[in-house]
Amino acid sequence: MNALHLSLISAAFIGGAAAYLGSLMLSRRMALVAGPLGHLTLPGIALALLWGFDVSLGAFPFVILGVVLIWLIEMKTKLPMEAVTAVVFASGVAIAFLFLPIAQAEAALVGDISKASVADTVLSVVASLAIITTVKLTHKKLILGNISEDLAASEGINVKRYNLIYLFLIAVIVALGVKMVGGLLTAALVAIPPAAARNVGKNLRQYTLGAMAIGIASSVLGVVLFHATGWPAGPLIVLVSTAIFLVTLPFAR
Amino acid sequence: MTALGDNELSASLPAVGDGVTRQAHDEKPLLQVSDLKVTIESQVLLEKLSFTVKRGEVFTILGPNGAGKTVLLRALLGVLPHQGSITWKKGTRIGYVPQRLPYIRDIPLTVQDFFALKRDAGPDVDGMLHTVGLGAETAKKLMGDLSSGQFQRVLIAWALAGNPDVLLFDEPTTGVDIGGEETVYALLSKLHQERNLAMLIITHDLAVVHRLSTMVLCLNKQPVCQGHPLSTLTPENLKRLYGTEVKFYEHKHASP
Repeated sequence: MNALHLSLISAAFIGGAAAYLGSLMLSRRMALVAGPLGHLTLPGIALALLWGFDVSLGAFPFVILGVVLIWLIEMKTKLPMEAVTAVVFASGVAIAFLFLPIAQAEAALVGDISKASVADTVLSVVASLAIITTVKLTHKKLILGNISEDLAASEGINVKRYNLIYLFLIAVIVALGVKMVGGLLTAALVAIPPAAARNVGKNLRQYTLGAMAIGIASSVLGVVLFHATGWPAGPLIVLVSTAIFLVTLPFAR
Repeated sequence: MTALGDNELSASLPAVGDGVTRQAHDEKPLLQVSDLKVTIESQVLLEKLSFTVKRGEVFTILGPNGAGKTVLLRALLGVLPHQGSITWKKGTRIGYVPQRLPYIRDIPLTVQDFFALKRDAGPDVDGMLHTVGLGAETAKKLMGDLSSGQFQRVLIAWALAGNPDVLLFDEPTTGVDIGGEETVYALLSKLHQERNLAMLIITHDLAVVHRLSTMVLCLNKQPVCQGHPLSTLTPENLKRLYGTEVKFYEHKHASP
C-alpha cells in the first residue's frame, strides 16, 4: 500500500460519510454551518502541524467548541446565523495565523493527504463508518426532526437528544474533512454532493444514495487528479463536485 | 369503517397496561391541563389555563393572532418549557397536524417517503390516502409538488396513520380555498364519527366551532371564556376576545 492507495481509501470514506450526513444538513439549511466550524478548526490544525500529530485530532477539540457555540447561540440568542458565522470565521482564521508557520499554511487551509499514513487511514475509515452507521440508525428521526421539531415530538422523539447527536456527527465529519480539504473548504464536502443529488433525485432514496455516490466519486477523482497534476487535492475534490453539480443543474426541479 | 374505530379502541387498551387503567378508562380524561403558564424570554405567552379533554371530545381553540394558540399546542406536544401541569393519560397516542412544513421542500421527499418516517406507519399508505380522499397515485408524488389542499390531506392522513387517540390540528384551513375548506371539515367530521377520536382544533372559523366542537376555549394569552359553544360564544364574549385592545374585564361596547 502506497500513499496513493491510502489517500484514495480515506477520500472515498470521508467523501461518502460527509455527503451522507450532508444530505441531512441540506434539509435544514444547515449545510453552511460546516463552513465556520471548518474555519474554527484552523488553530487546532496549526497546533497539530507544529507538534506533528494527526490534524483531525488537533481539529476535533476546536470543532467541539464550535458545536457548543452554535448550540448556545441557537438556544440563547436571536442573533442571525450569518452574523455568528462571520464572528466565528474571522476569529478562527485570525488565531491560526498568529502562530501557524507560513510554510504550512497551505496544508491547514486547503488540506494535505499526500502523506497519509496507515494509522491516519484507519482512523478516517473507522470514524467515517461510525458516522455512516449512526446516521443510518437515526436517519428517519433526524429527517423528521429537521422537517419539524413539533412533528417529531408528536412521534415521541426526544428532539433535543437527536439534535445533540446530529451536531456531534457534524463535528466529527468536519474534523475528518479538514484533513482532506483543509479548514476553508469543509463546507463543500457536506453541501455540494447533496445539492447535486437534490437536482436529480426523485425520492428520498435516490437523493441519499445519489449524494453518497457523488461524494465518493468527487473525492476519489480529486485525489486521482492530484496525483496526476500535483495540484492540491482539496481544491480539486471541491471543483470536481462543483462540476458534477453544474452537470445536474439543468435537471433541477 | 365504523367498526374499525371500536377495534382500534380496544386494540390500544392492552398497551396502556394494567387493569386499573382499563377500569378507569371511561372516567379519566385523555388530557388534563392545570394552571398552565408558558414564559419565553421573560414574556408571558400563556397563563392561568386549565382544561380537560375526554375521549371523543372535539375541543376547539379560538383566539386572535398572537393569542398563544400555537404556543399551547406546542406546549402540549412537550417542546416548550412550561409551569403548571400537562398530563396525558398513559399510553395516549397523539397525531399532530401542523399548520405548514416550510422545510419539507428542501429535499426530494415523496408522500410515501414521508409516511416511512413515521414510527409505526403500516405499509398501507394507499389505504391512508384513500381515507382522506386522495388517490393511490399521490404516494409517488413529491411533497413539494402537492397542492395546498392535497398537502393538508396528506398531513391529516399522516397523523392518522399511527392510530392516534387524539388529533391536534393547527388551523386546518390555512391556505386552502373555500371549497377545499368545506371538505376538510367534512373530513374531520367524518373522522370524528368513525373513529371516536378526541380532537383539539385551532381555528378562526366560528361556523366550524358551532358545527364540530363539543367544547370551546377562547384564548388571548389567558382564557377569555370556555365551555359549550352555544352558551360560550355570546356576542359579549366574542367582543372581549376579538375587540381592539382586548380587556378581560370589559363589559361595555368597545369601539371597533
